[in-house]
Amino acid sequence: MSELAPALGQIAALVVLLALTVPSLGRWLAHLYTSERHLGVERATYRVLRVDPDADQHWRAYALAVLGFSLVGVVVLYAFGRLQQHLPLSLGFGALPADGAWNTAVSFVTSTNWQWYSGEATLGHLMQASGLTVQNFLSAGVGMAVAAAFARGLARRGDETGDGRVGNFWADLVRTVVRVLLPIALLAALVLVVMGVVQNLSDSHLVTTLTGGHQAITGGPVASQEAIKELGTNGGGFYNANSAHPFENPTPLSDLLEVYLLLLVPFAMAWAFGLIVGDRRQGLAILAVMGVLLAVSVALLTWAEMAGPGTAPQLAGGAMEGKEQRFGTAASALFAAATTGTSTGAVNAMHDSLTAPGGGVAMVNMMLGEIAPGGVGSGLYGMLVLAVVTVFLSGLMVGRTPEYLGKKIGQQEMVLVAVYVLTTPVLVLVASAVALTAPDGLAGLQESGPHGLSEAVYAVTSASNNNGSAFGGLTSGTPFWNTLLGLCMLLGRFVPIVLVLALAGRFARQQPVPAGAGTLPTHRLLFVVLLTGVALVVVGLTYVPVLALGPIVESLS
Amino acid sequence: MKDLYALFRFSLAGLRVMVAATVVLGVLYPLLVTGFAQAVAPWRAGGSLVTATGAHTTDPDQAVGSALLGQLVDDPALFRPRPSAAGDGYDPLASGGSNLGPESPELVAAIEQRRVEVARREGVPAGQVPPDAVTASASGLDPDISPAYAALQVPRVARANGLAEDVVRRLVADATSGRTLGVLGEPRVNVLLLNIAVRQAADGG
Repeated sequence: MSELAPALGQIAALVVLLALTVPSLGRWLAHLYTSERHLGVERATYRVLRVDPDADQHWRAYALAVLGFSLVGVVVLYAFGRLQQHLPLSLGFGALPADGAWNTAVSFVTSTNWQWYSGEATLGHLMQASGLTVQNFLSAGVGMAVAAAFARGLARRGDETGDGRVGNFWADLVRTVVRVLLPIALLAALVLVVMGVVQNLSDSHLVTTLTGGHQAITGGPVASQEAIKELGTNGGGFYNANSAHPFENPTPLSDLLEVYLLLLVPFAMAWAFGLIVGDRRQGLAILAVMGVLLAVSVALLTWAEMAGPGTAPQLAGGAMEGKEQRFGTAASALFAAATTGTSTGAVNAMHDSLTAPGGGVAMVNMMLGEIAPGGVGSGLYGMLVLAVVTVFLSGLMVGRTPEYLGKKIGQQEMVLVAVYVLTTPVLVLVASAVALTAPDGLAGLQESGPHGLSEAVYAVTSASNNNGSAFGGLTSGTPFWNTLLGLCMLLGRFVPIVLVLALAGRFARQQPVPAGAGTLPTHRLLFVVLLTGVALVVVGLTYVPVLALGPIVESLS
Repeated sequence: MKDLYALFRFSLAGLRVMVAATVVLGVLYPLLVTGFAQAVAPWRAGGSLVTATGAHTTDPDQAVGSALLGQLVDDPALFRPRPSAAGDGYDPLASGGSNLGPESPELVAAIEQRRVEVARREGVPAGQVPPDAVTASASGLDPDISPAYAALQVPRVARANGLAEDVVRRLVADATSGRTLGVLGEPRVNVLLLNIAVRQAADGG
C-alpha cells in the first residue's frame, strides 16, 4: 500500500532525471544523424563488413536494407533457438519447438519481446546473451534509424536530392549502436550490478534453506541484458517474472533507474527531431504531446492501483496481488504506465492482476500505437504520422492545402498515412476475432467472461503494437498462439516501417513551401492540443467497442 | 526483380553486420560486464548469497539462501513470507505471479482462506491482516513483507523462541528498510535476514 506524497515524490524524481538528460542526449542524437563524419572505429567496421556508409539511399533502398537486415536477424535467431542443445552454456535445455522458435525470433527482431516461454526454464545463457541481447540492441537501432530517416525526409529541401533520398541505413544503425546504445547500456549495466542485479555465467545451484528445504539459485548474464532491455524499450525478461524478479530489479532505486532508461531515448528522439528539422520548437511540441499522454496515464494508473477497486483488492485491503512489496502499488503503477507507453513490455508487476481500470489504461496506452512516448524510434515516427493527420484535418476545416514543416500533404501522402493508421487496428481486431472463434485460441484463456476477452485482446494488441507485455494468464506457448502472435508482430512492425519510409521519400523530394496565412503553426499550444485530441480520437473510434466488452464491463460489474 | 536483387544484396551485407554484432554485443559486451561485476561486486553479481550467520558468501554450499529471494518457511518459530505462485512456492526455476484478475473467483476464495489462516495463526482478528499477507507477489520470490505483517507475527515468534517481544521487535527494526531517499518504493522487512537474526538470538539466549 502506498501513500500519496512519496508516490508523487518518485514521479518528481523521475521527471528531474529526464529533464536533466533528455536535451543533451537529444543534441547528441541530432548530431549523429546529420553529421557526415565517421568515427575511426566505425570506418574500420564499414571496411571489414564491406558496406558503403556514404551512399545516400533512396527510400526504397533504405527500406530494402531494413527488411533484408531484419530477415537475416529472424533467420539467425530462429537457428539459435532450434540448435540450442548444441550451443555452449545451454544448461541442458533442448531445442525450442518450431513454432516457439519462430515466435521468439520475430518477437526479438521486431523489438516486441513477447515471451511465450519462461526464461529460467527454457533458455541457456548463450541463447540469452548472444541471441536475444544482440537483437535487443539491433531492433532498437533499426527503429531509431527509421525515425531518423523520416526526420531527414521532412528536413530536406527537394533541390538537394530531387528523388527522395533519406540517408544511409548502415551508417544510421552502426552509429546508433556504437555512439548511443552500447555506451549507455554498458554504464547502466555496471550500475545495475552494483545495485544487486545478477551477472555471472553459472548454472543454477541448489542451496539448503534456513529450514532445511532446497532452493535453486539461478545465475546468468542478467545485468547486461537488463540494461539494453530497458534502454532499447525491448522488454524481454531474462526470467519469467521479468523486472519483478529481484535478480533483475532488486531495489526501489534500481526500479527508478529502469523506468528512467525506458523513457530516456524516446523523449530524446523527439528533442533530436526538432534539431534535425531546424526548429527546436517543433520537437518540443511533439515531446509535449508525448509528455501529456504519459502524465495522464501515470495519473490514472496510480489512482487505480492505490485506490484498489474490485472484489479481490477490496477484500485484501489493497491491490497487492501480482505486486512486489519493495515497489508497492505506486511504483508498480509508474512502471506499468512507462512500459506500455513506450513499446517495452517489461513489467515489475503482473498486468493480468492490475485493477480493471489500471489494466484498461495499460491497454489503451498500447492501442495509442505506442506514442506516449513510444518505442525508441517507433514512438517518434508514430507520433509524426499522427501530426500529419492533425495538419490534414485542420487544413480541411479552413479549406487550405495542408502542409507540415513546409511539406504539402497531398492525396498520395494521405493514402500512406491512412494505411499506416489502419494497419495495427486491423491486425488487432482481425486477430482477436480469429483467436476468439478458434477453439485453439479459446483454449489458451485462463478466465472466461470480460476478463478472458481482455486476456486475448491484450495479447494481440501487445503483439501488433510490438509491446510485449502480457496478461500472463493467457497460455500462449501453443502452436496456434505462437503462430498468430508471430504474424501480428511481423506485420505490426514492418508494414508501418515501409509506409513511413515511403512517406519520408515523398517528403524528401518536395520543395518546401513558405508558410502562409492559412498554415497551421505546428509548434504552438493549439497544435499540441489538436494532436493530443487526434491521438485519442483515433484510438477511441477504433477500439471503444472491444474495450467496452473487456475492461469497461469488468470495471462496472 | 531489381528490388529482389537489392534485397538479396542487403541481406548478405546484413548477415556480415549480424555476425560482427553477435561478436561485439553478444560476446564481448556481456563478458566485459561479467568481468567488471566479478571484480567490483562479486557478492551481488553471484546472487547476494548469505550464510546461516547472515555473513555474505559467494559459495552456494555455504549459503542458506539469497538476501534477494524469499524462501518457503514451515517453521512455526519463524516469520512467514508472502504467499507465492512460483512453482510450489518460492521456486526460482518458475518465477511469476498468479495472474489472476481482480474479479477472479479463484483469487477471491484464496484471499478469503489466507486471511482466516493468518488471523488464526497469529491470533488476531481477520480485519488486522495486511494486504501483502494474503496476496501473491509478482515474482513469487518476494524477499520482503510489510512492516505491518512483520509486527503481526512478533508475538508468535517471540513466544516460540522464548524471546521477549521487545527483542524480536528490535530484530524486525534491524531488518526493515524505509523508502529509498524517503520517496522510492515502500517500507519493507527482509524475511530471510530477519529469520537468520531470530535463529541467532534464540541460540544465543
